[in-house]
Amino acid sequence: MSKETLQAKTSRIRSVFQDRDKDDKVMSLFITAGYPDLDSTVELILGFEENGAEVIELGMPFSDPLADGPTIQYASNVAIKNGITMNRIFEMVSEIRKSSEIPIVLMGYINPVLRYGVEEFCRKAAESGVDGLIIPDAPIEESSVLEKTAKANNLDLIYLVAPNSTDERMKLIDEHSSGFVYCVSVTGVTGARQGDEVAKSVERFIDRVNKNVIKNPKMVGFGIRNHEDAKIISQKTDGFIVGSALIDSIRSFYPNNEWKRNVFSFVKELKHGDHKKIQK
Amino acid sequence: MKYTAPTKQGYFGKYGGKFVPEILIPVLEELETAYETAQNDPLFQKEYYDLLREYVGRPTKLTLAERLTDHYGKAKIYLKREDLCHTGAHKINNAIGQLLLARNMGKIRIIAETGAGQHGVATATACAKFGFECVIYMGAEDMERQKLNVERMGLLGAEVRSVESGSKTLKDATNEAIRDWVTNVENTFYIIGSVVGPHPYPMMTRNFHRVIGEETKDQLKAVEGRSADYLLACVGGGSNAIGFFYPFIEDNNVKMIGIEASGLGAETDKTAATLTIGTPGVLHGSLSYLLHDKEGQVQLAHSISAGLDYPGIGPEHAYLHDTKRIHYYGITDAEAMNAVKLISEKEGIIPAIETAHAFAYLEKLMPLTQKDQIVVVNCSGRGDKDMKTISDWFSGS
Repeated sequence: MSKETLQAKTSRIRSVFQDRDKDDKVMSLFITAGYPDLDSTVELILGFEENGAEVIELGMPFSDPLADGPTIQYASNVAIKNGITMNRIFEMVSEIRKSSEIPIVLMGYINPVLRYGVEEFCRKAAESGVDGLIIPDAPIEESSVLEKTAKANNLDLIYLVAPNSTDERMKLIDEHSSGFVYCVSVTGVTGARQGDEVAKSVERFIDRVNKNVIKNPKMVGFGIRNHEDAKIISQKTDGFIVGSALIDSIRSFYPNNEWKRNVFSFVKELKHGDHKKIQK
Repeated sequence: MKYTAPTKQGYFGKYGGKFVPEILIPVLEELETAYETAQNDPLFQKEYYDLLREYVGRPTKLTLAERLTDHYGKAKIYLKREDLCHTGAHKINNAIGQLLLARNMGKIRIIAETGAGQHGVATATACAKFGFECVIYMGAEDMERQKLNVERMGLLGAEVRSVESGSKTLKDATNEAIRDWVTNVENTFYIIGSVVGPHPYPMMTRNFHRVIGEETKDQLKAVEGRSADYLLACVGGGSNAIGFFYPFIEDNNVKMIGIEASGLGAETDKTAATLTIGTPGVLHGSLSYLLHDKEGQVQLAHSISAGLDYPGIGPEHAYLHDTKRIHYYGITDAEAMNAVKLISEKEGIIPAIETAHAFAYLEKLMPLTQKDQIVVVNCSGRGDKDMKTISDWFSGS
């Protein structure tokens, strides 16, 4: 129970989900650290926050992102070519912390974390102001050390549930997760999807999630392209995650003049839809 | 000493495991159950061994390499002739086994990755025989190096998808196959071609290849009345090697050597000598030795052989390396190509360049052997597919 009080005091993630109107969905944005260039990441994140993002998933690039579609593969590649390192990512987070309290979750593959050293990685992450971790290729079975170490450093460890996860599995994931549970809306890799591909199948899945995941808030991601997608898909959850569509947007504007302004207006639209943009 | 690896969780010592996205967890559990059922099902076993006999052409011969033995003038050299398997390499043992499993599990679509194309051809062959839809992922560079195999797969009715990402070789083909798998988990079975990937693949693939070592053991007993002193096999992911070694593993009198591709040399950055210079890391679902930089980014492996230029290695090999039960050495491109020539000229067998790495190690081993000893080389595949690379090499282009 000392753990509970500690978390209540320190978890930026938890506070985002508290006292919300049920129609006001949390928007989490994924951006690959070091994409499109090393210097823009901090400024982008601060701009995302200003335009409606409430959680940031900062991607730690990996050479072999086998759960990602072409968009995030591309961004990871660019970031690695730009010379991104784990220490540089920690510096970025420290920089953001000078002016922002937005929850930051590091998301990436297990190998760079193991290579850095789980102990050292968690310590540095916590020191720099990281709030949580999402490691998609480290399921519960393989995460006992990571889970313990993250907890010791007050880092939330966020696991994923998938449409083919059994009820039992969902309960287990809820038990092991802290911060929130990441609901993967469709089987497949990350990436924006066409038409109703997502919406059609997602409803029954989310109903099942709601029945089994009761301890943690639920965020839904994979395939969301715009505000309308987000609205439909996140209806019965606490919020939504956009990654590939955001990176596609950056890719389409970068490095034209005012690319950041265009990206920020895309972000604002994601959160509020078109009409709000016109009102402002 | 009793050898029982892997554990129920899929660990060989500290290596192995299931480092996969959540989507694949139920799939792997389903696979574990289906595999366990099949292992204990006499009908499945009978069907599998019948196919090995009547379709693959097993048992493969154990050939005494007389002129090669004379050439070194030391221990007697035998070749386990996996090159005589249908499709020209050992890979078909596993492709058939996994395909039968897929059928039992009600999957209708098969995917596979391939490097040199041998596993792709084996999988396409099994799919043709059983009437399955088949998609093979192959790096664009490998498609260039192994054109003949690309055409064979096409003729067998498989769709070969060119992979343009990363190094455009086996590593990236595997990434792409896994992406297909997580997208189509419902109806698709992924036939992994080596003893890599998440549990239960390394164990399952080993067990579908252990017939190589079991036959060797029986054949040696019949002709020599005893076991071998040395076993040699090449190692990329490590499937032919583990299938060959595994049945001998509890017999400590048998020395086993796995031969990696060191490319231009293990001290250069153009190498695939994972156990020689790699460190533990996770790639394609399991923890093993890996070629990666200090940031944990996987490095591109190099070998003249498209089947060996993989920056990882099966987790069981990592374990056997650490426990020193098996010794691993690197052979360079040049040493392997010399062996291609030597074996062709001395034995009338053109080995695959992969296989030639194992033969090249004879140069180092043979002077240390005695005349009354026995060395068996696993002749894992034939070299027809490599003719272009071979002739380019010897014509100096």
